[in-house]
Amino acid sequence: MTAEFLSRIQFGFVMSFHILFPAFTIGLASWLVFLEALWLRRRSEMLRDLYFFWLKVFAGSFGLGVVSGIVMSFQFGTNWAGLSTVAGNVLGPLLNYEVMTAFFLEATFLGVMLFGWNRVGHRTHFFATCMVALGTLISSFWILAANSWMQTPQGYAVVGGVIHATDWWAAIFNPSFPTRLVHMVLACFLSTALVIGGVAAWYLLRGIWQDKARLMLRCALALVALVIPLQIFVGDLSGLVVREYQPAKLAAIEARWTTGKSVPLTLFAWPDEKAERNDYALDVPHLGSLILTHSWSGEVQGLKDFPVHDRPPVAAPFFSFRIMVGLGVLMLLLALTGVLLWWRRRLFEHRWYLRCWIAMMPAGFIALLTGWYTAEIGRQPWVVYGVMRTVDAASPVAASSVLTSLIVYFVTYMILFGFGSWYLFKVLRHGPEAAPPRFGAEATAARPLAVVDDGGED
Amino acid sequence: MELSTTLPVVWFLIIGFAIMMYVLLDGFVLGIGILTPFADDEAQQELMMNTAAPIWDGNETWLVMGGAGLMAAFPRAYAVILSSLYLPVLAMLIALIFRGVAFEFRFRAHTSRRIWGVGFHLGSVVAAFAQGLMLGAIVEGMPAEGGKYLHGAFAWFSPFAVMTGMALVFGYGLLGATWLVLKTEGRLQRIARDLTRPLMLAVIAFMVMVSAWLPFLDSRLMDRWFAWPNLLYLSPLPILTVAVAAWLWRAVLANREVAPFVLALSFFALGFLGLVAGMWPNIVPPDMSIWDAASPPSSQGFVLVGAAVMIPVVLFYTAYSYRVFRGKVRAGEGYH
Repeated sequence: MTAEFLSRIQFGFVMSFHILFPAFTIGLASWLVFLEALWLRRRSEMLRDLYFFWLKVFAGSFGLGVVSGIVMSFQFGTNWAGLSTVAGNVLGPLLNYEVMTAFFLEATFLGVMLFGWNRVGHRTHFFATCMVALGTLISSFWILAANSWMQTPQGYAVVGGVIHATDWWAAIFNPSFPTRLVHMVLACFLSTALVIGGVAAWYLLRGIWQDKARLMLRCALALVALVIPLQIFVGDLSGLVVREYQPAKLAAIEARWTTGKSVPLTLFAWPDEKAERNDYALDVPHLGSLILTHSWSGEVQGLKDFPVHDRPPVAAPFFSFRIMVGLGVLMLLLALTGVLLWWRRRLFEHRWYLRCWIAMMPAGFIALLTGWYTAEIGRQPWVVYGVMRTVDAASPVAASSVLTSLIVYFVTYMILFGFGSWYLFKVLRHGPEAAPPRFGAEATAARPLAVVDDGGED
Repeated sequence: MELSTTLPVVWFLIIGFAIMMYVLLDGFVLGIGILTPFADDEAQQELMMNTAAPIWDGNETWLVMGGAGLMAAFPRAYAVILSSLYLPVLAMLIALIFRGVAFEFRFRAHTSRRIWGVGFHLGSVVAAFAQGLMLGAIVEGMPAEGGKYLHGAFAWFSPFAVMTGMALVFGYGLLGATWLVLKTEGRLQRIARDLTRPLMLAVIAFMVMVSAWLPFLDSRLMDRWFAWPNLLYLSPLPILTVAVAAWLWRAVLANREVAPFVLALSFFALGFLGLVAGMWPNIVPPDMSIWDAASPPSSQGFVLVGAAVMIPVVLFYTAYSYRVFRGKVRAGEGYH
């Protein structure tokens, strides 16, 4: 095994682990803004309890996101020195902007958000919550800009084998960036809403925290019902961009071998890359052209149009894309059923429906991961599309070093994941008790501002 | 002057500043972790962690700033340094992971509480040692050709690097002890105060040893220092360092609360400046200069606009957050 191959596995592993936490915190931060804003207006105990309950979950998730994120910021140097040398002129500035505009904002105001309740006024505390949420969104802006630039690079020139930026506006707002950014942020909101709704359903089934659970489930359902149609629409737009700029990726996603008009949609198949054909294919005529080109007889390029060494793997994008879309369809069904039940005032009555929410809790995250696998494996063999191959991007390090780090990361992350999930489970199982208990005893001298702000309630 | 001449100088200063901020700010947090075994009981350990809980995250972000800044402004240096120091970087990252999650997990855990206490301590010690080791390896020089480090996977391992690694563990310990003197009272403050003096002696001893060793390194880091008239211009640095060390010693003896922390930070900053001045104009000794490693003005200029706006803003709200959490930390002022 080469250092490059091991580095690919390592990057895929540490990235897959990392992305779950920012995705969850992007959604949770906005949910916390919503809860605290509502609390500031209504001042009901229930809303504040819910805020502090989800704040606990947020803190754990944010912590894991930070520590696994620091690993990511060094990966490009330790394992992808070739990429840093050739494309660092573009990628470095984008990532540096992320640190300056987002990381500091999140990290600093998180302290106020978690520990400042008794030390600052309620409006200031709400401001801190907003800054953290803003930080998570700005962060996704820069990360998606950098990643989308690698997918559809623009605004650059290659000088002496090194990429130089020539037009930053074009580089940041590259063709795939707008749709991919919106697609990702909506995916984060969906993933989080499915967890919130699932937790609510769990309490409803157990007959505990009824009022809070009803509020959570209503909010989660409203969000999924509003966002999922939008997400399907944006996903479709994203597909059109892929068709224009990364036709080989599209052909791999659809397991389409030959170029043709009026192509069918392959619902399921077993792609055989050696023989360049699909086995056990289940095709729907014309639907491929209709979805991919928005016309009954539009032309779709096939993989055979590309030299073998320029083709991505087929099976991985093909299947991961289908898992993502399948889960999207299930989310749509969950939302439609829920809206119907809500309309008939029976949302909380059917135990089978609540069980569906519990079953769907991980669906958003699985869809998010499989979506990323589709995007990242589908753009191979390029790391910067059409400019630099992944093979040339690896560091000149010893394979034994990379194997060591891969094992160490694996063991470490399993420990973190194990303990993290266990603590998360304990917090969720316990539920949103009266909050904030840990601020009760000492809420005295250290909080003059809070007293001024709301006349000393709580 | 050409932009391609001046911008790398500006960026050398910015990244130097970011790394110094990291060393000072995360230095005292890592120092707390290094010193936790000296606590009487678990309650004291928790109090020690609570003094840093609201601000450690922002402090650690300066490390990411240093890394991302290096990638943006000096991509070649970023690539060579990190791939050459592959294993020490790995050790540092894993250690920082355990140190970081300990803040979160320790408060949630019941039966495994002790594990995260140990994780916090070992994570801090290993991270500090790995950082010192990397500093030593960089100062010693990393000859590279075409982006490839000329020596093997363990070439960073040398007596000098081990010494700088140990020096940083004691140095961070000193920062941590003076921070605890500032932020705590009673028995815990007493413990921290008693640790300050031996730590100071150790740090001064390490500083003398490192300074004495530097002229004999292959990278000839000190040539610049001893070339006339550089010695004249640079002479305030060692003189100030000695003065600050003496002042720190007196402040500790006089049982002052604020002064030792401020002076320990200044002492550290001066030592860091001395090393950086010796490296100049190389970013990767012995021969990769800041101009060799620099990204073009189109990149450095683009990020500089953001840095000029954002770094003051970041410093402003960092100061705000420290102000919110000023004062002594007491038992029971628990975690969220």
